[in-house]
Amino acid sequence: MVWRRLSAGVVFALLVAVLIGKTLDMQILHSEFFEAQGDARQLRTVSISAHRGDIVDRNGEPFAISAPVNSVWLNPEVVRDHLDDLDKVAKLLAIDSISLKEKIKRNKHREFLYLKRHASPELAEEVMALKVPGVALLNEYRRYYPSGEVAAHVVGFSDIDDNGQEGIELAFNEWLKGIPGKKRIIRDRLGRAIDDVERIKSASPGKPIRLSIDKRLQYITYRTLKAAVLKHNAVAGSAVVLDVRTGEVLAMANQPSFNVNDRRQLQPQATRNRAVTDVYEPGSTMKPITVAAALESGRWKPYYKVETAPGYMMVKGNTIRDHKNYGDLDVGGVLEKSSNVGISKIALAMDAEQQWSMYQKLGFGMVTGSGFPGEASGQLSLNALNNDFERASMAFGYGISVTSLQLAHAYSAIAADGILRPVSFLYDEDKETGKPVEGVRVMSAETAQAVRKMMQRVISDKGTGKRADVANYTVAGKTGTVHKFITGGYAKDRYLSIFAGMVPADKPELVMVVMVDEPRNGEHFGGLVAAPVFSQVMSGAMRLMDVAPDKISKERLMNAGAIPKTVSGKDGRA
Amino acid sequence: MQSSSEQFFDSAYQSKLSRFLQVLHIDPVLLAGLLVLMACGLGILYSASDGSIVVIQRQVIRLAIAFAVMFFVAQIPQHQLYLWAPWFFALGIILLVLVLVAGDVGKGAQRWLNLYVIRFQPSEMMKLVTPMMIAWYLCEKPFPPKVTSLFISLVLVVLPTMLIAKQPDLGTALLVATAGFFVVFFGGIRWRILFGAIFLMLALIPVLWQFMHDYQKQRVLTLFDPGRDPLGSGYHIIQSTIAIGSGGIYGKGWLNGTQSQLDFLPERTTDFIYAVFAEEFGIMGAIVLLSIYAFIIIRGLYIAANAQDSFGRLLAGSLSMTFFVYLFVNVGMVSGILPVVGVPLPLVSYGGTSMVTLMAAFGMLMSISTNRRLVAK
Repeated sequence: MVWRRLSAGVVFALLVAVLIGKTLDMQILHSEFFEAQGDARQLRTVSISAHRGDIVDRNGEPFAISAPVNSVWLNPEVVRDHLDDLDKVAKLLAIDSISLKEKIKRNKHREFLYLKRHASPELAEEVMALKVPGVALLNEYRRYYPSGEVAAHVVGFSDIDDNGQEGIELAFNEWLKGIPGKKRIIRDRLGRAIDDVERIKSASPGKPIRLSIDKRLQYITYRTLKAAVLKHNAVAGSAVVLDVRTGEVLAMANQPSFNVNDRRQLQPQATRNRAVTDVYEPGSTMKPITVAAALESGRWKPYYKVETAPGYMMVKGNTIRDHKNYGDLDVGGVLEKSSNVGISKIALAMDAEQQWSMYQKLGFGMVTGSGFPGEASGQLSLNALNNDFERASMAFGYGISVTSLQLAHAYSAIAADGILRPVSFLYDEDKETGKPVEGVRVMSAETAQAVRKMMQRVISDKGTGKRADVANYTVAGKTGTVHKFITGGYAKDRYLSIFAGMVPADKPELVMVVMVDEPRNGEHFGGLVAAPVFSQVMSGAMRLMDVAPDKISKERLMNAGAIPKTVSGKDGRA
Repeated sequence: MQSSSEQFFDSAYQSKLSRFLQVLHIDPVLLAGLLVLMACGLGILYSASDGSIVVIQRQVIRLAIAFAVMFFVAQIPQHQLYLWAPWFFALGIILLVLVLVAGDVGKGAQRWLNLYVIRFQPSEMMKLVTPMMIAWYLCEKPFPPKVTSLFISLVLVVLPTMLIAKQPDLGTALLVATAGFFVVFFGGIRWRILFGAIFLMLALIPVLWQFMHDYQKQRVLTLFDPGRDPLGSGYHIIQSTIAIGSGGIYGKGWLNGTQSQLDFLPERTTDFIYAVFAEEFGIMGAIVLLSIYAFIIIRGLYIAANAQDSFGRLLAGSLSMTFFVYLFVNVGMVSGILPVVGVPLPLVSYGGTSMVTLMAAFGMLMSISTNRRLVAK
């Protein structure tokens, strides 16, 4: 019996030793580990949303702003036990409670699930008043685009998590985004924050961006382009306005556009900033550039005559045609009548290299360096150097592809007396000083002025682009009507209508390119479809920018009732 | 140690108070231990329940009832217990069968017998009656008991155990079996038979595994690797080991345990209350608490050693060791040594049924203790 009691005592002592040993082990040897584990459960690092930088126009008008909103989220692990309470929440947020419960079941091991992103403050308050365990709010920012579809393509948009998806929002995402802060909180098992322990890092807000776009001009451009696309039942269109002195993009509009504030029914093709991403053959709008190359080559003078009779010519077994026989034309006459035969002869009379290098110097075949996402480079083929027919085609804008922005950029060099300046979407205060921005000389000032003089004739009553006329201002420009290139060749009855021009012609302030894709209501000539858009936008722009009129024609003032009396540059309507 | 404490206790009996307690059949040492333990229990329950006065009130009422039961049982002379043992046992077995046939279902198991006046859990009663029965059977047998006696004892243990396990209530079944086993152990089972039986049981573990429910297997697996299902079956054990471990040497202080106060620790007023205690009072507090338990158990074993006859000795020894097993299983479970079985921390955890049973057992111990004195005088 002694043995038995003793052994029972030993077993008893051993078992107590095991308990104490285990406790010792946990509380002393591994105490730090368990403390850390406890902290890991009770302390949570939560991120503080950073305010995304605003995007404003050159005058500080907002294009994209972020407003604080509340997002409702839940902790599935906690809510699991209170599914009945959830019905009220679901009803309030207009969520189907059955599918919500299934979602919770699927994610039951997660600790975070968004219920409703970006709820209004009133709604968020109502939800929180229900006091359902595991349902909480998160402060976030919601992006609003006050200009909506007008500037949708340039500004682009960011997703619900504030990451830029398109346009400037994407291109300058890092700049705009800011850095979320962090704070440490104590939370209980239900995920409720009990106490703020410390702020590890404050959120540093994103930086704002001031675009070179002028909101008013953007609006006029967009509205006019949209009206034209509707009127002509066109597939698409794009328009670009550049500031000659600085190379800044003042307006850029596209059709079709989209409601950037409600992207639920977003058509991907509608989000394309066509002025930058879509290439096309520039057609006759290429002719002034070919003429510039010809003048620079020294082989041509503006007064030289070109024989275009009988209205067609053969080059290497291919026929090049004009609309009709224009007879003998001087170089400006070739532009005025838009003679393919004439420009082909001009091109073929200079070296291939001289022609090609002018195109290249003006930026064709390369991206403009605007930094806009998805910018296309277009094509400038070297083959043309060895093939006269291709060379002649290129002279009138076939066998080369450009974007509207590239075309406007090239025209801006003609407008700026031969200086090509980098294009930019961003406003730069240094450019306000009035001193011209530095650029690269791509042709002599004389050449540029001569080409502008010739292009003025295009706008005359005899020219193809008379509808591009802007009251009280001289205009230089060129129309283009291009057969669309489709699979298997050029379509007979599908066109692009283009107009590229500048105002005022003598000392241009603005360059604008308008492209309307496939007008389908009968009219399709660039001079009839695209030129009026140019005219309307530019007359509005001249008034906005307070440019001094350089042409006062009483006769025109009397005849054209629709065109406002803007002698003083103010007070009138578009 | 025994002799010195005996002297101490003997001198204590000289006082008027001790005479008074003697008449009331109260063992003063055991009573002191129990009171200190319950005071500690109420203190920690206050913290674990987020300072709920209602919880404390209910627990105090339960303790009062349990004390009344203990006092009542203590008045029953030992020989009466001896006489009633087989009848109680028979009644218990009948009630267990009744439970299986017509019992109420609660929490997925059929444990309750609805007597219309009170709901009654016969398995609780068997925790006391089974050791009584086996002590009754073995105390008359020659020492050491023969194999046939052992076999009959085995049947007496297995019968209620199986009936309870069938409810299913594995925790109680094991405790009943343990109580029976300790009687046999103190009754003088031969070492070689004991070890033979232990090895046989170890050998049978794989077979037993086959018969276990999935949730039971899950609990055992979780014991070895709580991380395999941290949000499910491993959740309790992970949270409680964190609570204990983060307590450190001196603990986080009363009402300041983060794991428990922030609601991470599950069942913290009931089965896992030891974790709250260890978190708030650290290793020092844990050692003090375990010492109080050790004091009570040693006093129980002392009573067994000094019992008047072998029935009293066997019963007292068994009840004391069963109390220890309670403690060991609970603390072991909360510390992650043993699988999670629903065994409360005796006399501390919030809840009524087991408390009444335990205090009835202490009533028996007091009866055994005080009766000896009466006869001796």
